[in-house]
Amino acid sequence: MTDHTRLPSDAAPSWHLAEDDDHDSGGNGATVLGFWIYLMSDALIFASLFAMFGVVRTNYAGGQMPHEIFELPLVALNTALLLASSITFGQAMPHIEAGRVRATRFWLAVTGLLGAGFIGIELYEFSTLIAEGAGPQRSAFLSAFFTLVGTHGAHVTIGLLWIGVILVQLGQHGLSQPMKRRLICLSMFWHFLDIIWIGVFTFVYLFGVLR
Amino acid sequence: MSDHLLKSIFGRLTWESFPLHEPILLGTFIVVAALGLALFGALTYFRLWGYLWTEWFTSVDHKRIGIMYVILGIIMLLRGFSDALMMRAQQAIAFGDNQGFLEAHHYDQIFTAHGTIMIFFVAIPLVVGLVNFVMPLQLGARDVAFPFLNNLSFWLTAAGAVLVMISLFVGEFASTGWLSYAPLAGLAYSPETGVDYYLWSLQIAGVGTTLSAINMVATVIKMRAPGMTMMKMPVFCWTALCSNVLAIAIFPALTAAFFLLMLDRYIGTHFFTNELGGSPMMYWNMVWIWGHPEVYVLVLPAFGIYSEITSTFTGKRLFGYTSMVYATVVITILSYLVWLHHFFTMGAGPSVNSFFGIATMVIAIPTGAKIFNWLFTMYRGDIRFELPMMWVVAFMLTFVVGGMTGVLLAIPPADFVLHNSLFLVAHFHNVIIGGVVFGLFAGMVYWFPKAFGFKLDEFWGKVAFWGWVIGYWVAWTPIYVVGLMGTTRRVNHFDDPTLQPYFIVAAIGALIILVGILGFVMSIVMGFVKRDQLRDLTGDPWDGRTLEWSTTSPPPAYNFAFTPVIHDLDAWYDMKSRGYERPAGGYRPIHMPRNTGAGIILAGLALSLGFGMVWYMWWLAALSFAGLIVVAVAHTFNFARDYFIPADEVALTESKRHQPAVGA
Repeated sequence: MTDHTRLPSDAAPSWHLAEDDDHDSGGNGATVLGFWIYLMSDALIFASLFAMFGVVRTNYAGGQMPHEIFELPLVALNTALLLASSITFGQAMPHIEAGRVRATRFWLAVTGLLGAGFIGIELYEFSTLIAEGAGPQRSAFLSAFFTLVGTHGAHVTIGLLWIGVILVQLGQHGLSQPMKRRLICLSMFWHFLDIIWIGVFTFVYLFGVLR
Repeated sequence: MSDHLLKSIFGRLTWESFPLHEPILLGTFIVVAALGLALFGALTYFRLWGYLWTEWFTSVDHKRIGIMYVILGIIMLLRGFSDALMMRAQQAIAFGDNQGFLEAHHYDQIFTAHGTIMIFFVAIPLVVGLVNFVMPLQLGARDVAFPFLNNLSFWLTAAGAVLVMISLFVGEFASTGWLSYAPLAGLAYSPETGVDYYLWSLQIAGVGTTLSAINMVATVIKMRAPGMTMMKMPVFCWTALCSNVLAIAIFPALTAAFFLLMLDRYIGTHFFTNELGGSPMMYWNMVWIWGHPEVYVLVLPAFGIYSEITSTFTGKRLFGYTSMVYATVVITILSYLVWLHHFFTMGAGPSVNSFFGIATMVIAIPTGAKIFNWLFTMYRGDIRFELPMMWVVAFMLTFVVGGMTGVLLAIPPADFVLHNSLFLVAHFHNVIIGGVVFGLFAGMVYWFPKAFGFKLDEFWGKVAFWGWVIGYWVAWTPIYVVGLMGTTRRVNHFDDPTLQPYFIVAAIGALIILVGILGFVMSIVMGFVKRDQLRDLTGDPWDGRTLEWSTTSPPPAYNFAFTPVIHDLDAWYDMKSRGYERPAGGYRPIHMPRNTGAGIILAGLALSLGFGMVWYMWWLAALSFAGLIVVAVAHTFNFARDYFIPADEVALTESKRHQPAVGA
């Protein structure tokens, strides 16, 4: 409340910045911040799906129960694939920083293959369950299970598409500044999906089988 | 065979889907089609399509996107208000033997469409539009953080609005109330297209709103002019920041709820059904986790508008800036903790209900602090009762009543009596009209000269003001009264004739509001006609205090030739009072984002995806979905997204500005 009584006789302040041309949109880390905020909103979508699952997780409606349908060894393999894919993405990061395009593409491709393996196993699991009559229409529990796990799987699929696009663009542009920015966003996305999966693995599969 | 073929092409769309037997809809369609053709013809005749495409539709300029949002909001206001007039007319006459002119099913669609449109396609676009236009200017920025995303957000919102409008003439809209409660909105009870229209239009628009909110938050955090610390930021930017943070926190819950309801309707899951373990109340929880904070998403920026106007038109710094900021933040947090008060009658038990009731009442404290801040700003101020300030005073008088009935409804035992009554309906219209709508009008009148370079016509502006204020009280006071007596909402016919006078008065009130709406349209038209007398050459027509008034009206594409440096809250007032002089040379090239058509194309594909899904035209939906992915990926291959405005061009633009400003 004191500042506005300042008199015009104060030393002449500078009113303007004659800036260089780096004051552009999306710069200054705005893209990474924006993408981070997007991930938080996506986390809230998953939170809603987890809440839905939590409310109806024992509503079997006379249908299959978790310990009858979940095959933990398969889920363990799947989890291992996804966690390993986070490690391989981590392997790409120093190469991105150092601007080594070939090594970056190699580790991204490995990450993509592991992710594809994860999706393949998930699709196998889903199709087996549906063939057994344990589809999403059977009970609220199964609806919530398929939706939560499937939404995560859809995200991983988008991540795979994104990896593919990035592999092509790396070939065209190398590790330019925009490409580095995109790779940082992609890595956040990929690790974020890992974190979500740990929640799914624990609360859906492990706790489900224990019940 | 041919039947089968038709079905695979048109899904469930048949000739019966077109409401040719409904005279009201047919008449509306003819009028809309005639107006649309006239507009199309005029645009073609004057060869304006190219101009609109290159300068507006593909624009990534936050000012133009803001203006397009506001235009969308005003157009949809006319639609939503026609629904209101029909409801008021029906309820004024449908007593005893008279069934009125709307049968129940049609009436259900009208109140659903009214609520949906007014919140999603009037209030949200107007709020987002004003934030879009004003906030970057107040921050001293050249644009928002993600200009293309901004364009995409607008077009997704517009695509949602178009899908709602299509439902008027092709098939039908939802008849399930504005939040489409389960299990009524499930396939078992609502097999028609209505709920699908509802879900797809709101999902598409909701994606736009979420992306826009992310964009605005990143803008506030990353794009403030040098020297502008968070506590030197104009209050409107603070409220916009809190509103958008809140939007990011709540829209995912709505998206998830609608997504699950879609799965129930399309693939037969059992989230919100009555059978096989579904939990309809979970839908209520999820939509209201969005729904209650949404009120604050809308009203917080309105509070910001009131703050800016009060400060400007009293010629004083805002009283209690810091407390205003903290009150805004506290409201943001508390609003997330009150959703259950929308269904105290669900039976969650006394302790849960008490928690939510008390949390609801507590919100009155920061809100009250704001009211006192405005009053103390006015106290001993040099108040100029120009149009924006009149809206502020009307807001304070009207909104306080709505706040008090809100505290009343927050008491669970009282709510058990008043739940689903017209008292509740009167309450939320009181806070939304008195709080949000008055604020939006105040903001539009206040910033109109900044956007277009001339003020609105004052006489018609006053007609709009008095029409809205008197109309509001005449329309909603009787509804409060009948609601308190126990009349329930969403009813198209009454048996008790003693209620009729109240509803007739309410209908008269709606007509007075109509005068207000037409007055507003006229104030734009007459302002345009008399634009030479109303011209603002200074860029600062109201003796403003914040940065948007330091540039021209309308501002150049780059907003500020030089990025301003901020030393004080009320930066422009500080500059004026310390003898600031505009630099007359030394311009540099300015880095700007390039226009792109990707946003409107993506939104068009989203629209056809929605339409295909509503009508079960699977081929259209699949094609549109594939198209969305292809266009989105293709857009990422476009790296040429910026350009420079040459220094000469900046110098030319700025020199034009100097001449008329001399002697001003």
